[in-house]
Amino acid sequence: MPATVINANRLTKRYGVHTVLDAVDVEVQAGECWGLLGPNGAGKTTLLRMVIGATPPSLGQLQVLGYPIPAQATSMRRRIGVVPQKDNLDPDFTVVENLRTYASYFGLKGPVLERRLEELLAFAALESRRNAPISTLSGGMQRRLSLIRALLNEPELLILDEPTTGLDPQARQVLWQRLRALRGRGMTLVLTTHYMEEAQRLCDRVTILDQGRILETGPPQELIRKYIEPQVVEVYGVGLDDWHRTVAASLVERSERVGETMFYYAHDERALLAALNQQPELTYLHRPANLEDVFVKLTGRELRDGQ
Amino acid sequence: MDNNGYSADSSPLPPPALRWLPVWRRNYRVWLKLVGPALMGNFGEPLLYLLALGYGLGTFVGTIGHLPYLVFLASGMVCSSAMNTASFEGLYSAFTRMDVQKTWDAMLTTPLSVPDIVLGEAIWAATKGLISSTAIMVVAALLGAVADWWALLALPVIFLTGFCFAAMALVVTAVARNYDFFMYYNTLLMTPMMLIGSVFFPLQEMPAAIQWLAWSLPLIHTVELVRPLMTGLPLEQIWLHLLVLAGYSAAFLALAIRLCERRLLA
Ligand SMILES: Nc1ncnc2c1ncn2[C@@H]1O[C@H](COP(=O)(O)OP(=O)(O)OP(=O)(O)O)[C@@H](O)[C@H]1O
Ligand SMILES: [Mg+2]
Repeated sequence: MPATVINANRLTKRYGVHTVLDAVDVEVQAGECWGLLGPNGAGKTTLLRMVIGATPPSLGQLQVLGYPIPAQATSMRRRIGVVPQKDNLDPDFTVVENLRTYASYFGLKGPVLERRLEELLAFAALESRRNAPISTLSGGMQRRLSLIRALLNEPELLILDEPTTGLDPQARQVLWQRLRALRGRGMTLVLTTHYMEEAQRLCDRVTILDQGRILETGPPQELIRKYIEPQVVEVYGVGLDDWHRTVAASLVERSERVGETMFYYAHDERALLAALNQQPELTYLHRPANLEDVFVKLTGRELRDGQ
Repeated sequence: MDNNGYSADSSPLPPPALRWLPVWRRNYRVWLKLVGPALMGNFGEPLLYLLALGYGLGTFVGTIGHLPYLVFLASGMVCSSAMNTASFEGLYSAFTRMDVQKTWDAMLTTPLSVPDIVLGEAIWAATKGLISSTAIMVVAALLGAVADWWALLALPVIFLTGFCFAAMALVVTAVARNYDFFMYYNTLLMTPMMLIGSVFFPLQEMPAAIQWLAWSLPLIHTVELVRPLMTGLPLEQIWLHLLVLAGYSAAFLALAIRLCERRLLA
């Protein structure tokens, strides 16, 4: 029987007059990977902080692993792992000292802890750095250390706030692989990200949040089918406006201009591509529709935290 | 679904009353890394002050009551050092952990809660106060400024004093926006308290209003307990002094917890 790991009912958070989360409903099932997407300031971190009991809701009910939150947050937190948006590793300690100290907050010690330390250092490929001070680690290493720190208590639910922000492509691939391995072991994953490719690859379901409201929830492929024509062609270059008006506009179902690029959306893109091949001064990229197209369509193009 | 849907697991958490201990131990481990310079400062500074002021100034002052100035000053410095050390730890060091390093945020993603953290920090700051005061007492004993072994009874008083000032400092830290904010607290409260706390000179010569003020603050109550214990003078009104220190401790600890919850769990 699939158990509900997170059950949020009409969660609302207000800071003064500012409503940061507005009647948000969430249901996360055991064993799934759920992605929380949204522009800067959408309320993702606030929602995750609420889930771990770090901030009380202004309104609404919340249960995590069956515990009412925030009432029984400390009991619940024994059984979850948290990777915060900004690393808060202890700069006074080495890698292994960080792990031991964090483990002590859970009361972990003895042979059980020693065994887990070795397993996790290997899992994060940090064995050779065990005695390194935190300041000597690369960003990717620090992120991996934050990840295994969150795994010390063998959590049933792992919460990751932008786990790969600021990492290079290789480091991101490594982290993805680790997260997939954890999911393979049945761990429930909750993550936020600004990388739509990441969400599309890792998540069984995503929720798109904007200005504190849920716009959509569903499996990435379903959302793409629901909102976007299957083929996308991005075009830029000299004479784009004229060419668009006289040729392209009539060849596709939908188009949109963003900055100096035109996005064309179509079920059948062949006529457009044929026309493009007559226009050497225009550069184009033809690709399948993706989650980013959905995200942008739903949340719009303008900066959300711009004043 | 209820909690029983999951394996009873988990980690053997310490009972709630002892959850401050890992917080204390974290700070202790950091301190251990720099224990050399730390102890050097703990012993070296007071030695220099006691030698310079105790003998230097002492030749002009002579005796206070029946105590040679060095003896009077040593017992005062044992008290003020507990205050200063615990306050510094509760202000600057705790603020660093709370605001700069986000160490407390990390703790709050574990089964620890704000009261555990505040209590652990306060007991740690009291421990550091105890270490520095003990160092001064040892130096004082080597200089012949401690009467007998009854002086050891001053140590629990010192610890309580450190706890009291740590709790007060943590209240300030909980509302501080930056390090500069602490200058107000130091200049407006800590330094005056030390100057009228009978640390460097006795209070009797002061105007009544100042005496009244001094007695309403905690430090002089520490001095009134510790100085007799270190010098063999008779103890008076033990319970009153202990009650003031304990009252300040309890009230400010409760306030610190409340304010830290307001700040961290916003
Ligand atoms: N303690 C607070 N007091 C007042 N406002 C806050 C507080 N915490 C968050 N906010 C506001 O709530 C909104 C949502 O912030 P939040 O950090 O949850 O967004 P986010 O989706 O995680 O953004 P990002 O992608 O940039 O991390 C922002 O407008 C932020 O300024
Ligand atoms: Mg965020």
